[in-house]
Amino acid sequence: MSTPTTSFGREAAAAISRSKNEPAWLVASREEAGQLATEINLPKPEKLPLTRWTLDQYGTNRPGQNVSSISDLPAVITALLPEQSGGALIVQHNSSVVFTQLSEELKAQGVILTSLEDAARNHEELFRKYFMTDYAKEEHKLAAVHAALWNGGVFLYVPRNVVIDAPIQALLFADDAEATFMPHVLVVAETNSRFSFVEQVASNLGETSATLLHNSAVEVFAKAGSFVQYAAVHQLDASAIDISYRRAVLDNDARIEWIIGDLHNGNSITDTKSVLKGNGSTSDSKIISIGTGSQRMSLTTQAVHFGRSTESDMITRAVMKEEATAIINGITKIEKGATKANGQQTEKVLMLSPKARGDANPILLIDEDDVKAGHAASVGQVNADQVYYLMSRGISRKEAERLIIHGFLDPVVSEIPLEGLREQLHRILERKLG
Amino acid sequence: MSTQFEIQGLKSSIEGKEILKGIDLQIKGGEVHAIMGPNGTGKSTLASALMGHPKYEVTDGSVTLNGEDVLEMGVDERARAGLFLAMQYPSEITGVTNADFLRSAINARRGEGNEISLIKFVRQMEGKMKELEMNPEFMHRYLNEGFSGGEKKRNEILQMMLLEPKLVILDEIDSGLDIDALRIVAEGVNAMRSEDRGFLIITHYQRLLNYITPDFVHVMMQGRIVKSGGPELAHRLEAEGYDWVKEELGIVDETVGQA
Repeated sequence: MSTPTTSFGREAAAAISRSKNEPAWLVASREEAGQLATEINLPKPEKLPLTRWTLDQYGTNRPGQNVSSISDLPAVITALLPEQSGGALIVQHNSSVVFTQLSEELKAQGVILTSLEDAARNHEELFRKYFMTDYAKEEHKLAAVHAALWNGGVFLYVPRNVVIDAPIQALLFADDAEATFMPHVLVVAETNSRFSFVEQVASNLGETSATLLHNSAVEVFAKAGSFVQYAAVHQLDASAIDISYRRAVLDNDARIEWIIGDLHNGNSITDTKSVLKGNGSTSDSKIISIGTGSQRMSLTTQAVHFGRSTESDMITRAVMKEEATAIINGITKIEKGATKANGQQTEKVLMLSPKARGDANPILLIDEDDVKAGHAASVGQVNADQVYYLMSRGISRKEAERLIIHGFLDPVVSEIPLEGLREQLHRILERKLG
Repeated sequence: MSTQFEIQGLKSSIEGKEILKGIDLQIKGGEVHAIMGPNGTGKSTLASALMGHPKYEVTDGSVTLNGEDVLEMGVDERARAGLFLAMQYPSEITGVTNADFLRSAINARRGEGNEISLIKFVRQMEGKMKELEMNPEFMHRYLNEGFSGGEKKRNEILQMMLLEPKLVILDEIDSGLDIDALRIVAEGVNAMRSEDRGFLIITHYQRLLNYITPDFVHVMMQGRIVKSGGPELAHRLEAEGYDWVKEELGIVDETVGQA
């Protein structure tokens, strides 16, 4: 095994691509991104310098072991699967996808669920039409690195008018800190399709001196009248870095609901953005986070309105403990011509320690007159009157505070569309809130 | 043992300003006491001081419930000892459902290892909500969030019914209630009247006392109980207002601690 890649460029990217027997155009694409990665700068998250972050350890290709049934997956992985029914499921282990399950019924309806690597080979046309078209490699160095080194990944294609009741699950898991772990989730929702996608990112790295870089991206393309619910729960080890850029592009009357638990234990940059291109499209983003230890987080939600009568609502709620820092940005942008658009956002931070820091930065950029936009932001401690009220019913102070803090996050937790994952989320919250 | 609640010489200040200037009151199980008085005379301060609101500092006096020193107890301990305050402005708490909250409260009183079973709890809560003509969906709504004034008051009474306290303080439970809600709330209170439970009803309108007949009526002015009597006192106050009391006692300004 070679040491983790720390220097990187065109050649390295091409070598990786060739080792996977990828088609020439993909080799070229990775090569180009690799070159770009040497030329452009890191992103500059608001008020959060990345100077001391280890962002140049890209790891090496450490594919997981392919299995043909869920029961053959390593126990650490099956333990994370909230519901082991016969529902649609895809699992990435370190650098590769090791398991995919999709019912014959859904296959017959034309639904595709494969690794993204597989989609590049077998669904080339769709792949090339959408991949990294909304999250462009030119955005910054992390995007370029991702475009050069992405691996495993998920491709979900839901044809026109197909409605899927049970959530489609993806588990992206790493237990090797020296692995390249850069999944890309590409979701295409054709006209009037409707489904929920539930993504879980987790790690079990143990003691390690390496820094796992989860440099990931999500791109959702929601065609006219489609409805996509995208839930994600991230819980990586404190030694790992979570970089998650999420994008959705919405056509006429499409709707996306982001339900995100950014519950990573280490440094992270997450950016969840909806581009409301089509008239009447709507986006609803709910994000929770808990800062512990000395972790640094940049949590951004964005809505960009192009279409008329588009609506966006963004809510971020974060609980900050110990010496953690979170910079929470909400950006509502309404472009000229997006008449009757309505963009709302709320950032709320609950501070549980004097050394923690939580900044809420609501930003409204409005280039059209005939619109509605609003924001609310608050940073505060546990409300003393609420504690008094609960205590006046016999509840101890500790339990009262616990109820209030969990309650603060509940509006997001209760929306997770998979009961098993919701319960898992409760366990994560119990652990992080201690 | 029948409940014995005793307040002696209670003085209390908020932000250094003395509001209660020596309250003496005894409430026995089975008794309903009403405290009446115009706004700003210290009635709600009495309620908050008894419950232990952190803003109200008790500077003198004693309060005992069945011989136990209430003032030594934290807010939660007072509640577990049997004190209940139906608040004038109950807090709204996002994310905590009414059912979760009430179950926590009941279990806090029952203690570890003696928790109420979920089924039994749900049955009790549903039953009491029905008595109070509350929409069953309020069980799973976030605590008081988006409740109307009347719904909040009913929810306070619901809590009282489920927690079965020994000494109930109702702080302006009638404010903001229409006549139907007032009747329902009063029926809820009347159903809870028993030999081992005392009530202290704070109000500045007599109309609540048409539904809940008090055994004793006290008038509060200037942070003191200035007059006590039976139910007939409430009727006279309703008919004639408070001026005759002020005149009788030579009080010009009945309020206390007003800037």
